[in-house]
Amino acid sequence: MTTGPRLYTLIAELTYRCPLRCVYCSNPTDLAAHPDRLLTADWLRVFGEAAELGALQLNLSGGEPLLRKDLEALVEGAQKLDFYTNLITSGVPLSRERLTRLRDLGLNSVQVSIQDSDPDAADRIAGRGAFAQKLEVWGWVKELGLPLTVNMVLHRQNLSRTAAMIALAESLGADRLELANTQYLAWALLNRSSLLPSEAQLNEAREIARAAKQRLQGKIELLFVLPDYYSDRPKACMSGWGQRYLLVSPDGLALPCHLAHTLPGLQFDNVMDRSLADIWQNSAAFQAFRGQHWMPEPCQSCDRREIDFGGCRCQAFHLTGNAAVTDPACALSPQHSLITAARRAADSEQLIPLQMLYRELNPRRP
Amino acid sequence: MRLKLAPKTKLRLDPKTGKHILLYPEKGLLLNPTGTAILQLCTGEHTLSQVVTLLAGQFQALPEQLQPEVLAFAKSLLERGLLQAAP
Repeated sequence: MTTGPRLYTLIAELTYRCPLRCVYCSNPTDLAAHPDRLLTADWLRVFGEAAELGALQLNLSGGEPLLRKDLEALVEGAQKLDFYTNLITSGVPLSRERLTRLRDLGLNSVQVSIQDSDPDAADRIAGRGAFAQKLEVWGWVKELGLPLTVNMVLHRQNLSRTAAMIALAESLGADRLELANTQYLAWALLNRSSLLPSEAQLNEAREIARAAKQRLQGKIELLFVLPDYYSDRPKACMSGWGQRYLLVSPDGLALPCHLAHTLPGLQFDNVMDRSLADIWQNSAAFQAFRGQHWMPEPCQSCDRREIDFGGCRCQAFHLTGNAAVTDPACALSPQHSLITAARRAADSEQLIPLQMLYRELNPRRP
Repeated sequence: MRLKLAPKTKLRLDPKTGKHILLYPEKGLLLNPTGTAILQLCTGEHTLSQVVTLLAGQFQALPEQLQPEVLAFAKSLLERGLLQAAP
């Protein structure tokens, strides 16, 4: 028995079901293969096991966690374990009464997504009308005194409205604003040519965000997350494989990240079969990319190997077919041309492909 | 100005380290004993100078010795929206 690193955050993806069909959804594309399998009691046991391992933060996420009828029981159970509980939601479907109950049961903060400041554009990305409902939900979150994080996913179709989106978050009284550029995995990778911005677009938005961050200091915590494709050094994905985060999928798989179950050759354990501590500390899948033993060159001798941990394993696999190579987002990667080619295409494309693949249980391939 | 912790924060003991930690969305700030004592006094009842005086009593130190550290700590938390001015 070895002792793993300290777990800080449990991400509970309660269901992959969602009323929205966002074209950049970070859920895996084989949604139907991962039905809701855990019952209320199973989730509560998992929360307890995570707390034992040291987890302090709990993200209730999905899909759309509001589709779980037992969300109240889960929030109440999390409160008993003294978690900082964050609900990550689209806000659909929700009533003021239900949100009040969740607050009273101990919910600590709410993160609501928004697709755009322009209602029509927002609904086009979400694949259904949701903008008006979201505005109403934000109002309730603030009225009920819950801390509000607004999450906006940026891409080439909305980056030009960055200033308007910041203004909207300000008018809503957001406590935290995440301007998170799309990361090109899962559904977003399928729709990359419709979503990847040009460098000029991105730089303009980044300047706007930088100025707003200064102006709003102490009022709104503003984050601008670059897309990996334009960062030249990879992000420290999940702060390293199996280092601080553990995610449980709707069907009970214990995972180091949102898409690890899309990597071939790794056997992920189910929380119905094995304790979370045993999985976290001893399972082969959590050891696979933990630390530096697996690293190829140029990572192995790189002075940034303890900063970015070689980047994102899923990005490495989905772009190169090999999860154990340096993330191609890194300019030092021998396969970085995969990224620069996509950037050049984004720079030169005059016409954005209009046909986007919406997230569905059984998608039709383009 | 009287200080209180922002609603988005939760101050709790971290059983793994025996230290207090200030939790907020996606993050946590592990506190030393002084930081913990300062934040436990930020209930909305005390001004910054009262916090310094109370802290000096707790730690048997001179207020003027503690003041720079308390000020710097409070300033950084105000800037991050983790502390607020109480109404």
